[in-house]
Amino acid sequence: MRHTKRAVTAALLTSAALALTGCAAGDSGSGGGDAASCEPAGEDVTLTFTSWIPGIEDAVAIWNEANADIQVEVQTGPSGNAGTYQNFFNQLEAGNAPDLGQIEYDALPNFRVQDGLEDLAACEDVVAAQDQFLDWTWGQVTLGTEDEVYGVPQDQGPMALFYRSDLFEQAGIEVPTTWEEYREAAVTIREQGGYITNFSQTDINQFAGFVWQAGGQWFANDGDAWTVELTSDESMTVADYWQDLIENDLVATYPAWTDEWNNAYNSGEVWSWNSAVWGANSIASGAPDTAGDWSVALAPQWESGDSAAGNWGGSSIAVFKGTDHLYEAAKFALWLNTSEEALTSLNQTAAIYPATEAGLELPTLTEGVEFYGGQPIYDVFAEAAAQVSPDFVWGPTMTQTYADVSDGFKAAASGSSTLGEALEKGQASTIDALEAQSIPVAE
Amino acid sequence: MSTSIEPDATSAMAAVNPRGIGRGGDTHPGAGRARGPRESLLSRSGAMLVMAIFTLYFLVPIWWLLVASTKSRGQLFSTNPLWFADFQLFQNIGALFAYRDGVYLKWILNSLLYAGLGAVVATVLAGMCGYALAKYRFPGRETIFNIVLGGVLVPATALALPLFLLFSRAQLTDTFWAVFLPSVVSPFGVYLSRVFAEASVPEELLEASRLDGASELRTFFTVSIRLMFPALITVFLFQFVTIWNNFFLPLIMLRSEELFPVTFGLYAWNSTINQFPELRTFVLVGSLLSIVPLIVTFLLLQRYWRTGLGSGAIK
Repeated sequence: MRHTKRAVTAALLTSAALALTGCAAGDSGSGGGDAASCEPAGEDVTLTFTSWIPGIEDAVAIWNEANADIQVEVQTGPSGNAGTYQNFFNQLEAGNAPDLGQIEYDALPNFRVQDGLEDLAACEDVVAAQDQFLDWTWGQVTLGTEDEVYGVPQDQGPMALFYRSDLFEQAGIEVPTTWEEYREAAVTIREQGGYITNFSQTDINQFAGFVWQAGGQWFANDGDAWTVELTSDESMTVADYWQDLIENDLVATYPAWTDEWNNAYNSGEVWSWNSAVWGANSIASGAPDTAGDWSVALAPQWESGDSAAGNWGGSSIAVFKGTDHLYEAAKFALWLNTSEEALTSLNQTAAIYPATEAGLELPTLTEGVEFYGGQPIYDVFAEAAAQVSPDFVWGPTMTQTYADVSDGFKAAASGSSTLGEALEKGQASTIDALEAQSIPVAE
Repeated sequence: MSTSIEPDATSAMAAVNPRGIGRGGDTHPGAGRARGPRESLLSRSGAMLVMAIFTLYFLVPIWWLLVASTKSRGQLFSTNPLWFADFQLFQNIGALFAYRDGVYLKWILNSLLYAGLGAVVATVLAGMCGYALAKYRFPGRETIFNIVLGGVLVPATALALPLFLLFSRAQLTDTFWAVFLPSVVSPFGVYLSRVFAEASVPEELLEASRLDGASELRTFFTVSIRLMFPALITVFLFQFVTIWNNFFLPLIMLRSEELFPVTFGLYAWNSTINQFPELRTFVLVGSLLSIVPLIVTFLLLQRYWRTGLGSGAIK
C-alpha cells in the first residue's frame, strides 16, 4: 500500500512522542530474542488481523469458510500513517497487538527495530514460498538480511509512465524512452502551454522510486549499523534533474492529491505522470473527462537501452511479536497473498496488484482497460515489475525522513531552496533521528 | 435572537417560579437597547459588514460540501465547485447507505449513542458533583474543586494514550465502554455546575425542603436540578459536541468497524481516498449528513443554552 501522506494532526504527533518515550522505557523489559516456534496449535484458533483495505473481509470470508479451525477476525482503521501504525505500537506496548497486520514496505524496518515483528523464517512454508514472489518484493520483507523474513509481501507499485497519447500525438512528440528525451519533450510541451508533468512536493516515496530506478540507495543495514545515503550520487543525479525542470518552469508544482492537481490533469494542462500501477485508478477518478486519452509506457531510462523500473508503494502482511499462533498466522498470510482465489478477490474489491509471479497473470490483469483506450496496461506494469531492483532498503524512521525531505521539497518548489539541499537536510535530520532512538549509525 | 434574558438568578423570583427556569423574565432586549445611546449608522453597517464577511467565511465550506454532495464522482472536479451540476444527492445518499451493508448508518447510531447517552450521564454526574461542591461544607472541598479545575486544563488528547494502556489492562479496548466511560467525565461541567448552583440555588429553599422532610437526593432531583437547568443544558450541549467531535479517543481505542463513531469512520475512509477513489463521494455525503444531528441538537436546545450563558454574563 502506498503512503497517503496527509497532514498528520498535532494530536497524532503528541501521541507519537508519548509512545516513543513509552517504547524506550519498555525496551529493557520486553527485549530478548525468544523466537516463537512455528508449530501448529493443535486446537481451534482465532486470529485477529488489522488492515485498512476496504473489502478485504471478502477474501477473509473465503478463508474462514474453508478453515473452520483457523478463524480470522478482521479489524480495521485508517491507513497506516494516518493512525494504524501508531495504534500497532501502542498495542505492542500494551501487549494486545493483533496477530497479523498490514504494514507498508517502507514502514516495516521501523517495526523491526522496535522489535515488534515475529521472524517468519521459523516457518518452513514461508521460506519455501519465496520462489513464488518476485525477487524484489521478497527483498522488501527480508529487510536486507540473509535469512530473516518479517512479513509476506502483499502488493507492489512498479512505476511506469502514464501519458496523454492523444496530446503527444497531436504535438508530434515520440514517447520519451530516456529522461533526456523526457526533458526535450517537456520543452516542446511547455511551448504549447502545457506541462509535461507535475512534480509532487509531498510524495517523497515517489521520488524514492525515481532514485530506486536510477540504481540508488537511501539506506543500508549491515546487521550492526545503518548507513544513510540520501545524498548518494544517484540520488543527487535525480534531484538535479528535477531541480532543472522546476527552475526552468518545465513542470507544474501543484500540491499532489488536491482538487487543483486533479483539475490540472482533467483539463489537459498536465500531460503525463510517472506513477505506480495503482495510479491507474487515481487518474481515472481524478480526470474523468480524459477517458480514453491515456496510455502507459515503460518509464524513461537514464541510459538509452537500459531497462530499470522504480517502485512506489506496496505492503506486506506481518505477524506481531506476542502472537500465540505463529504457525496459523503465517499460514493465513501465505494463503492471502499467494492463492489465486484470495488474489482475485483482493484485486476485484480493492484493485490490489499482487506481489507474486503468478498473481501478475490473473485474468483481470491481462485484459484491456477502457479508460486507457483498451490498452492492456497491466502488461506494461508486469514488465516493469520484473525490472525493479531487489536491493532497495527502507530506513527505520521513514515518517520523519519523508516529513523533513518534503519540507525541503516545498521550499524548492517555491524557489527558495533546491532539491539537493532538501536531501542534504533530510540526510542530517535522519541521522539525528536514528541516534535519538539509539539506533546505531555507521560512519 | 430575541428570547428573554434570564433575570438575576439569585433573585427570589427564580425560586418562586415553579418551573424554575426563569423563562418568565420580562426584560426584553429591545427595551434595553432603547435605553442606551443609538449607534451611528456607520458603525452599525460596519459591524454588519464584518459579521456578513464572517458568516460567509463560515458558510462557504458548508455550501461547498452541500454542492459537492449532490454531484457524481465524474462531475466533482470537472464542474464549478460552488454550483450544482446534475442533482444526484439522493442517489449518493442511497449508495452511501448501501455501501458495506449500511455501515455508515451504524456509525451514525454509534455516535448518537456515545454522544447522547454519554452527555446525559456526564451532565447528571457533573451536576451532582458541582451541586455538592457548592452546597455542602466538608473538609477538602476546595482541594477537590481545584483538582477538578486542573482537569479542565489537561487536553483530552494527552489522556488518550494513558487511557488506552489502562483500558488494555482491564481488557476493555475495542469495546463500547472504551469510548463511553471516558466520555462521561466533564471537569468543565463540574466547574460550571458549581458556579451556577452557588448562584441559583438559594439556601433558604434547601432549608425549606429539608424541613418538609425531603431527603437530600430528592431535594436535588426535584428542586435543585430545576433551578440549575440552564447550566445543565449548557453542560449537556458542550459535552454532546465534545464527544461527537472527539475523534482521537476512538482512533486509539477502537478496531472493530461496527463500534466506530461517524467522525472516525469518515476519517478512516478519507485516509485511503487516494488509493480507493470511489470512497470520495461517500466521505463527502457522509460528512454532510453527519453534521445534521449537531444542527438539530443546537436548534432544539439553543434557547436554553443562550439563557444559560446570558445569566452567566450578568453575574
